[in-house]
Amino acid sequence: MAYLSNSDKDFAEMLHTIGVDRFEDLIENIPREIRFSGAFNLPEAESELGVSNVVGELADENRTFVSFLGGGAYDHYVPAVVNALISRPEFYTSYTPYQPEVSQGNLQAMYEFQSMVCELTGMDVTNASMYEGGSALAEAVLLGAQQTRKNKILFASTINRRYREVVETYTANMGFQLITMPRAGFTVNTGELESLYDDQTGVFVVQHPNYFGFLEDMEAISAFCRDKNLILIEVYDPISLGILKTPGDYAAHIAIAEGQSLGNAQNFGGPYVGLFSATEKLVRKMPGRLSGMTVDSEGRRGFVLTLQTREQHIRREKATSNICTNSGLMALAAGIYLALLGKQGLQKVADLCLQKAHYLADRLCAIEGVSLASNAPYFKEFTLKLPVPAKSVIDYAMKKGLLPGIDLSGEGYPDHLLVAVTEKRTRQELDALAETVGEAVRLVR
Amino acid sequence: MYRKLIFELSKEGRVGHVLPDADVPASSREELIPQNFLRSHPAELPQVPENEVVRHFTDLSVLNHHVDKSFYPLGSCTMKYNPKINEKLAGLSGFTDLHPAQPEETVQGALRLMFELQEYLKELTGFQGITLQPAAGAQGEMTGLLLIRKYHRLKGRNPKTILVPDSAHGTNPASAVISGFQIKTVRSTPAGLVDLDDLKSKLDEDTAGFMLTNPSTLGIFESQVSEIRRLMDQVDALMYMDGANMNALFGIVRPGDMGFDVMHLNLHKSFSTPHGGGGPGSGPVAVNNKLKNYLPVPIVVKEDNRFFLNYDLPDTVGRVHSFYGNFALLVRAYVYIRMIGKEGFRKIAEHSIVNANYLKKRLSEAYEIGFDAPSMHEFVLSAENQKKRGAKALDIAKRLLDFGLHPPTVYFPLIVKEAMMIEPTETESREMLDAFAEAMLQIDKEIDENPDIVLNAPHTTPVKRLDEAGAVRNLDVNYYKRTD
Repeated sequence: MAYLSNSDKDFAEMLHTIGVDRFEDLIENIPREIRFSGAFNLPEAESELGVSNVVGELADENRTFVSFLGGGAYDHYVPAVVNALISRPEFYTSYTPYQPEVSQGNLQAMYEFQSMVCELTGMDVTNASMYEGGSALAEAVLLGAQQTRKNKILFASTINRRYREVVETYTANMGFQLITMPRAGFTVNTGELESLYDDQTGVFVVQHPNYFGFLEDMEAISAFCRDKNLILIEVYDPISLGILKTPGDYAAHIAIAEGQSLGNAQNFGGPYVGLFSATEKLVRKMPGRLSGMTVDSEGRRGFVLTLQTREQHIRREKATSNICTNSGLMALAAGIYLALLGKQGLQKVADLCLQKAHYLADRLCAIEGVSLASNAPYFKEFTLKLPVPAKSVIDYAMKKGLLPGIDLSGEGYPDHLLVAVTEKRTRQELDALAETVGEAVRLVR
Repeated sequence: MYRKLIFELSKEGRVGHVLPDADVPASSREELIPQNFLRSHPAELPQVPENEVVRHFTDLSVLNHHVDKSFYPLGSCTMKYNPKINEKLAGLSGFTDLHPAQPEETVQGALRLMFELQEYLKELTGFQGITLQPAAGAQGEMTGLLLIRKYHRLKGRNPKTILVPDSAHGTNPASAVISGFQIKTVRSTPAGLVDLDDLKSKLDEDTAGFMLTNPSTLGIFESQVSEIRRLMDQVDALMYMDGANMNALFGIVRPGDMGFDVMHLNLHKSFSTPHGGGGPGSGPVAVNNKLKNYLPVPIVVKEDNRFFLNYDLPDTVGRVHSFYGNFALLVRAYVYIRMIGKEGFRKIAEHSIVNANYLKKRLSEAYEIGFDAPSMHEFVLSAENQKKRGAKALDIAKRLLDFGLHPPTVYFPLIVKEAMMIEPTETESREMLDAFAEAMLQIDKEIDENPDIVLNAPHTTPVKRLDEAGAVRNLDVNYYKRTD
């Protein structure tokens, strides 16, 4: 059988060394009445060749498209270097750096990742990663509420609903009140903030660019939070920070992102990587691992996991979080991506997304009855109002190999389409989408 | 050794990756976005050519110990071999290029794989329901505890206490707290089992559940599990099994049959998906019929040979992941299960148990065995004798590095002094176990004959012992901050 290193002969000799006659003697303390005596209802063992056929067929049953889907996962280009490096077994078959002397590679890569995300966001500290965007936000809310000791958390109405749902699950038994601002258009109505605030409100959560792609009035939001002494949690798009002002610029206390865009495949939703940054003041209450620089006994630079007294393996029920295994390899990919693209490259990716998104939006809005859902500025994603149900446009476009966007029926907008444009989309593809949406609108009407 | 930081390789104007020029009219940023939204200066990310980025990370990589290089017997981590075919098939573009919001009819292969994996995992564990969503074991624990919470709430009860044995992994109490519970710790007996008297004294109407790792972190099978079940039933408390050590149980017992209500699996332990230097993991949660209706949504279901994401579970605890879990790891676990097949799982357990007992026997020559009980797939040594002679468990661990071996988990579980927790896994050969035993026995001799070589170890690693206290005192976790 695959992956066992010892033969039956070895097995028998080892039993002899142990001092028993049969394997059964080693498990005689397991009561008979709870033993499993049947045979598993599982397929027979496959060879590598066999399993390649089986799983290859499953992969082939899926269809891929020229995609304009976003909403938290994006089809950005992943440079060849990234996969070449994260496929090195030295990285992917290693584990948590509990023995720093033989984990310097991972620890240093973590330190570099943390540093680059800090530079990107304008924040003081970044941890070694969370699972993904939604759970990272949930942990941010827990931290913010703990810090303020107030139980009301105010959410912008324009946050990714999936993230909001993860937060609800995480906080269900904490006695918090999660208050979502009333939906009024596709950006936060900052005029309403004052009326929703009371002295039990401790945290404000905003996404910028928001779920619908539009930019929020972060200056007003930042001023409001400063005025009311609220913890500001900003959910951002890491690619957007190639050109947009940072969470640090807006005096956010905690900055959260889904880091998939940075060098990670879409992979049907995971594994992704949660980026978690905060101000220095919060560092001792942060969840997750941190790599810190230090020296060895000969004074040479080295790295260790630090501030471990926050963590579950030391503090158990008093830990700041239960997180242990996180998303190390995806954080490594993000770090490699940022190092490779560098100062100029990240701006260029952001510029390309920006330009292509605006080119496409202009073409789409030239179709009669089609318009942007908001006048607010946008970056690489925007919500389109259609004169027909979004589903009818999607169905039509799929026949032409295009996935034009996310149907916003689930948000209560059945005639709205959320369209994301990455640097990968060519002008030809943008033109094809515009033509196809135009045809679909005319046909359905 | 290699000693450069990526920031130290950076030179103004160097380019790592060339992007295509815009093929649409190139408007300036300021024409498209009002100036007040734009950053005033770019992020000072490194500027390093591609070749040097590759060399940098390659140079870093070789500083790591890893499973493909050598033995990695970290107790309760199950650092088994990560089959290459898993990686190859998970890398098929028919999987990697899928967007999670694609219409269901376009991802039937992915959903079929998830559905079948759900069925396989239920079969292996003896449960009736499952979610693949949790991204790691600790998130699985939280999910399971939220299910327990829901169970009681829907019965109009609100018990607040989770019982946890003193041998439990640190995530158990931490997960209980993040799920809104408080914990009470239950002692272990000298034989390494749950102390039933202590358990009874802590059990009351406020007990929501008991979280048990079986086999425990001592590597000992908890044989009183039926008795514990009866005790829990007296107060309608539920039984959670931490499945970190599932590798020892395949085909011998099934947690669902043993009386547990809910468990998590670690696909990155028992099902061979790689650990990735600290993740990603995957922590599916399996449940019996008591808890099935509360699972996170969506769940993959099958109707007329078509596969759907079912969001319609009115009593669900909600969602713990933005999408469907760590899909690419589900592919790897699926490949592994198909490779092992129906007959193979029992052999995994048998070989992991024999490997552990063989190594324990060899090491018992010189090391004290923490508990005198039969071992499953791992065991715990105590280096108390060695400590009395001058070398602590930590020193022994560091000296092992000089032999090219990764040390065991040390100082855990907390209830064993100078603990060294060793899990060899089924994928290691007898020769490797012998080499590890010889190294451990040699170190034991060195403690008397040449103590400095142990106390100053390691000698051959890229760095020597690191100043961890200094790292806390002079906190430096951000290169840019220190150069401000």
